[in-house]
Amino acid sequence: MEGRIHSTESFGTVDGPGVRFVIFFQGCPMRCLYCHNPDTWDVQGGHPETADALLEAFAHNRPFYKNGGITATGGEPMLQLDFLTELFTKAKARGIHTCLDTSGICYDPAQPAHFDALLAVTDLVMLDIKHIDDKRHRALTGHSNARILAFAERLGEKGVPVWIRHVIVPGWTDDPAEQEQLGFFIGGLQTLKGLDVLPYHDMGRAKYEALGMPYPLGDTPPADKETAVQAKQHILQGIRKRLRAQT
Amino acid sequence: MFKEFAPEWEGFAPGRWSNSGINVRDFIQKNYTPYDGDGSFLCGPTEATRSLWDQVMELAKQEREAGGVLDMDTKIISTITSHGPGYLNKGLEKIVGFQTDKPFKRALQPFGGIRMAQQACKEYGYTVDPEVVEIFTKYRKTHNQGVFDAYTPEMRLARKSAILTGLPDAYGRGRIIGDYRRIALYGVDRLIEDKEHQKATHFVRMTAENIQLREELSEQIRALGELKELGNIYGFDISRPAKNAREAVQWLYFGYLAAVKEQNGAAMSLGRTSTFLDIFIQRDLDRGIITESEAQELIDHFIMKLRLVKFARTPEYNALFSGDPTWVTESIGGVSVDGQHMVTKNSFRYLNTLNNLGTAPEPNMTVLWSTKLPPKFKRFCAEMSIKTSSIQYENDDLMRVTHGDDYAIACCVSSMVVGKEMQFFGARANLAKCLLYAINGGVDEVMKVQVGPKYRPVVGDYLDYDDVMDKYDQMMEWLAGLYVNTLNVIHYMHDKYCYERLQMALHDRDVKRYFATGIAGLSVVADSLSAIKYAKVKCIRDENGIVVDYQVEGDFPKYGNDDDRVDQIAVDIVKMFMDKIRKHHTYRGGIPTMSILTITSNVVYGKKTGNTPDGRKHGVPLAPGANPMHGRDTHGAVASLSSVSKLPFRHAQDGISNTFSIIPDALGKDPKIFSGELDLDALRGEGEDIDN
Repeated sequence: MEGRIHSTESFGTVDGPGVRFVIFFQGCPMRCLYCHNPDTWDVQGGHPETADALLEAFAHNRPFYKNGGITATGGEPMLQLDFLTELFTKAKARGIHTCLDTSGICYDPAQPAHFDALLAVTDLVMLDIKHIDDKRHRALTGHSNARILAFAERLGEKGVPVWIRHVIVPGWTDDPAEQEQLGFFIGGLQTLKGLDVLPYHDMGRAKYEALGMPYPLGDTPPADKETAVQAKQHILQGIRKRLRAQT
Repeated sequence: MFKEFAPEWEGFAPGRWSNSGINVRDFIQKNYTPYDGDGSFLCGPTEATRSLWDQVMELAKQEREAGGVLDMDTKIISTITSHGPGYLNKGLEKIVGFQTDKPFKRALQPFGGIRMAQQACKEYGYTVDPEVVEIFTKYRKTHNQGVFDAYTPEMRLARKSAILTGLPDAYGRGRIIGDYRRIALYGVDRLIEDKEHQKATHFVRMTAENIQLREELSEQIRALGELKELGNIYGFDISRPAKNAREAVQWLYFGYLAAVKEQNGAAMSLGRTSTFLDIFIQRDLDRGIITESEAQELIDHFIMKLRLVKFARTPEYNALFSGDPTWVTESIGGVSVDGQHMVTKNSFRYLNTLNNLGTAPEPNMTVLWSTKLPPKFKRFCAEMSIKTSSIQYENDDLMRVTHGDDYAIACCVSSMVVGKEMQFFGARANLAKCLLYAINGGVDEVMKVQVGPKYRPVVGDYLDYDDVMDKYDQMMEWLAGLYVNTLNVIHYMHDKYCYERLQMALHDRDVKRYFATGIAGLSVVADSLSAIKYAKVKCIRDENGIVVDYQVEGDFPKYGNDDDRVDQIAVDIVKMFMDKIRKHHTYRGGIPTMSILTITSNVVYGKKTGNTPDGRKHGVPLAPGANPMHGRDTHGAVASLSSVSKLPFRHAQDGISNTFSIIPDALGKDPKIFSGELDLDALRGEGEDIDN
């Protein structure tokens, strides 16, 4: 089987534990306003690639990935569920740590078993929750967050460790109350292992210009590190409340 | 050979080094103390160090304000004993000695070439004394004059067109590392005794070779005598071995100082001194006659002196090397052949000077990296790299195989066994330009004159891979021959008119000589050939039919992406050219080697190389060393490094360099932002909010 791949990065240090071989899948149904990879949206773009070829490129430099593995990101990897499952299955057969960086948007709560094969070969999911409030989530991404939150809970049921990622965008996700609300939700996830709070940056601007598209966030300023550090505290506060409510 | 165990050696384990002749490696192996700990023992700068360094910074400021040079000698020709003592602040300096009678004053060194010396002075508003000029034009020939007396017209043309470039024909060749440690361990008298013995046991049949060596040995002995005198000038008797750490550092530095007083070489590297000196420091620490702070102070003051080595150079020279580098390379760490790592506390102290004196490009601290280095040292190196960006790394596991465990790096990557091997520095041949010559039948694309042989040029609109490769093969054959012969002239004349007598006095008699060559433009060549092979490359000719530009139609694999289709081309080119170099006679039986290491001069080479078939435009810098072309490695650092690592060391034994820079954020997450693994138990617990 062939998947549609945007590109690969041989030295990924921020997409999961250790040094990782990062595979950018082509195609994404989300239209997040702050997306910095608009060139991965088009499902017709990219180039075809087999799982074996990708794993061969990984194997070529395996000593570098001693404490890492592969990360599937995008784009939205789960849009190519069958290919992704094949890739991870083959990776696990080779003893490679697998990490899925996803928005969870492709998850279908009506047929959870449909995703079992993938989750069985996924060592870690980095789940990007864009917004905890459904209305705001729709405005920010064009989709409801219902499937995403359901996917997070499904990961708990299947025992798949999850890191939650959340981007702090000025004017969009910088409300402390909402951040705490987000924390309260993820505090309830059974397999929660990590939290990654990222300040919004506008380095994607050049890509929009190259694609001849207007930049959706206009003049929204990048968030500084301090903002992200504070946001993290609010989210942790929410997690703390949930955990204490449970005990 | 030595009659007695010197009293200064008390406390050292004896061995071949003490009873059978000069053998610094044996001394190190029998006496060094490997250190597996971290850097917590290190001390900051003393008051004296701070005060001296403030003085240096003030002088550096004055130098900048004066336009780059503070003072120059225009009359006294620099020799080992040419100047009286010079100090920053005699009372505070633990290690003393400057090239002239004061810091920041540049010496006059005309033996490489009087014109270069004159130009260097002129640029900064000084004039060389007319009498000196007369002596060095009328009565005393220089290296530069000798070379040009022997150059063929073809050599001159190749030099002018810059297909051969950076040749050491007007300045000192450098790249030779004296074993300065010998002075500290044995004292100068024992070294003279050894040299006398070498001379007495040398062939007496007077062939040209033997006459040359006998004359050189005499010069070496004379230089050692002058070295003793240099010690006297500063009030030290260095005829005997050093009896403590301070003397060991000082004796060693006198050796290096004598070398830079004699030679204005393109790279004047230090060797592998830190673990050697640690033995003396450790002995003093064990005896309780020195504290850690005093030990660090010795090293700080020593490094300070190395940072103040200065030469009078021309702006062209500085443009070629992007600054005014001295390449005082010090090799740190590594692993011994029996598998024990060679990291000592002094390895940490050397790197700690970057904390105590601030960051600096000189001395060029080079860590001989091995998977077997102790983890805490590795961590310390990483921390210092992040903090200072001032550490160079080289692969000890690769070089130990050919060089053992007492080699050092000259310049940036040239490895040689200290005191036993030397190299004839060979600059480089521009293989990118050579490819253009192959296409244009030897006509230079910038000068528009016939430089190479008049072979058949490419005809037709599109380049054909097999046709170009065939022509390139022949053009490289020509270039390799011309290159080696040009270097033969240079090194013959350098030995004759600008011999490194002191540095060679700190070598064994029968040294192994590497005949270094180098190549520039490898990634341009690989990408160009890949474009020709995998895309379509159309020639654009000028009114005289010379191909001056190229149009690439379609995409092609680019070197730097771990793609064997193009990486293999790079590998093949390296091997092909090296094999052609190997065919030729080399001066003094030098063993041919090759480097891929244009770290800074790639900018100048780019200016002199026309448009290339990979789409690169005239004037765009070639990639440094073995680097992929800027921006063409699109699959991340590992893939880029992987392409470089395919290049065969055995065909590029003089070293392969890769300049790597990365923004800190790409090395990992800021721990302030990323919580990593959440400690849920802590969050669940009672009490105050926990800053996770």
